[in-house]
Amino acid sequence: MSIISIRNLVVEYDGRRVLDGLNLDIEQGETMVLLGGSGCGKSTLLRHIIGLERPKSGSITIKGTDITRCSLAELDHIRRSIGVAFQSAALFNSLSVEDNVALTLREHTALAPSIIDLVVWMKLAVVGLADFGKLQPQELSGGMKKRAAVARALALDPEILVFDEPSAGLDPIVAADLDELILLLKEAFQMTVIVVTHELPSAFRIADRIAMLSKGLFVTVGTKEQIRSSQSPLVRQFLDRVPDNMAKTPAIADYFKRYLQTQEAFE
Amino acid sequence: MATVLEGIGKKTIAHLDYVGSLNIQLWSTLRAMGSVLPFVGNRYRWKESVRQMLEIGVDALPMVALMAVSTGFILAMQGASELRRFGAMHYVIDLVAVGFTRELGPLLTAIAVSGRSGSAFAAEIGTMEVTEEIDALRVMAFEPVEFVLAPKYLAALIAVPCLSILSNLCGILAGGLFMFFSTRLAPLLYFRYVLDSIVLRDVITGLIKSVAFATIIAHVGCLEGFRVRGGPDAVGRSTTSAVVRSTFLVVVADAVFTAIFYFTGKM
Repeated sequence: MSIISIRNLVVEYDGRRVLDGLNLDIEQGETMVLLGGSGCGKSTLLRHIIGLERPKSGSITIKGTDITRCSLAELDHIRRSIGVAFQSAALFNSLSVEDNVALTLREHTALAPSIIDLVVWMKLAVVGLADFGKLQPQELSGGMKKRAAVARALALDPEILVFDEPSAGLDPIVAADLDELILLLKEAFQMTVIVVTHELPSAFRIADRIAMLSKGLFVTVGTKEQIRSSQSPLVRQFLDRVPDNMAKTPAIADYFKRYLQTQEAFE
Repeated sequence: MATVLEGIGKKTIAHLDYVGSLNIQLWSTLRAMGSVLPFVGNRYRWKESVRQMLEIGVDALPMVALMAVSTGFILAMQGASELRRFGAMHYVIDLVAVGFTRELGPLLTAIAVSGRSGSAFAAEIGTMEVTEEIDALRVMAFEPVEFVLAPKYLAALIAVPCLSILSNLCGILAGGLFMFFSTRLAPLLYFRYVLDSIVLRDVITGLIKSVAFATIIAHVGCLEGFRVRGGPDAVGRSTTSAVVRSTFLVVVADAVFTAIFYFTGKM
């Protein structure tokens, strides 16, 4: 049974359609990568999956609850089973790393402080930051911040773990480390993982299935092998890194031609 | 003509939208206030409230005191320069005492707190919006109004009236110093005249005003922060806007309250 089911999802901003009737099922325990170029709507889709925004129409059912129509209390209940690692890490700068991880445990559980300390240490140890709990977020490197965000997302042992652009802004080695961490977490905790990215090596390393978005629509949804062998022009363009030839469109070509003529006239 | 009317209509709608947002936010905060109270609420929110009280109140003590002393001297000297001609120097005492308790104490405090804390609220929450911390709160099943705004509001409700009382005392003290040096009026006698010139309702009307000012400063500052979209430049604009709008609204509210107290015979 699907843990997340998206049906006819339509999202519009100021009359501009960003997501155009999406349908997707994400199975329990799988890693689904939402792949696509900049501005294709993948982060918008993610914000709707985690309940930060409500769509114009359509439904998103998580564990049997339609989060687009449920009450705030029901949404909060669902949210406690979702851990989110944001693109910018979004650690609370006024709290230390361990307080960031402990926050949900202190406020959403009745665990004793000593148990919370132990759980926090374990979560930080999982992401390799056991010795850095006392530091403030601003004292961490980019990769460490993302790991701390993962530790915080893991705090309540979520069934669904969501990553927004985990490799963005990281060097290839740190990005690869983060990919291995995602694989390790999935294997160890049997979680459903959703990753939004446009990094192809990362997507093909961690995905069970890939859903590729373009202009608010799914171009294709399938396994890594299906995506690799896809003959869809949009998929091939993305995988083969073929430029849009924006600079060769008549308007831009004309502009450059006129600019060069002006320069020559000055000389 | 149509364009002018269109512009007026757009501005009117924007202002109504702002006032509506302020009211919705105020109502949400009032509903969340139970969680901030000591003993019955969430102890982490109460601790945050106390921390905010120190920032809004204790840290502003020197500035508010200095402003009140300076204004007390100015009021006493300006009053004396005219009243001396009529041999009515003793009315300087009434002018300073009544002027500060009813009007200047709360107003000066509100302007100082608006500049210090209103801008800080907008900058803090605006930065949290930009760095996705507010989104992180929501996906961790925390309500930002309860988590961020309610502690600040409670702190402002307590700190601003306390600062107003301090401001009253400093202003009156400055008047006493002026009277001592200009007319050799004994300090004890000065304070006896002060107590004769003010009545309890003067103090109460001043405190009612300072509670209203605290509400304006906290809510305008926080709303400006929550409305931040974009990057650091938007945070800067929201900070400026928080100070300008809250100072403007404080002065307008002061005029409204003064009129109400005047026409209902409370002055």
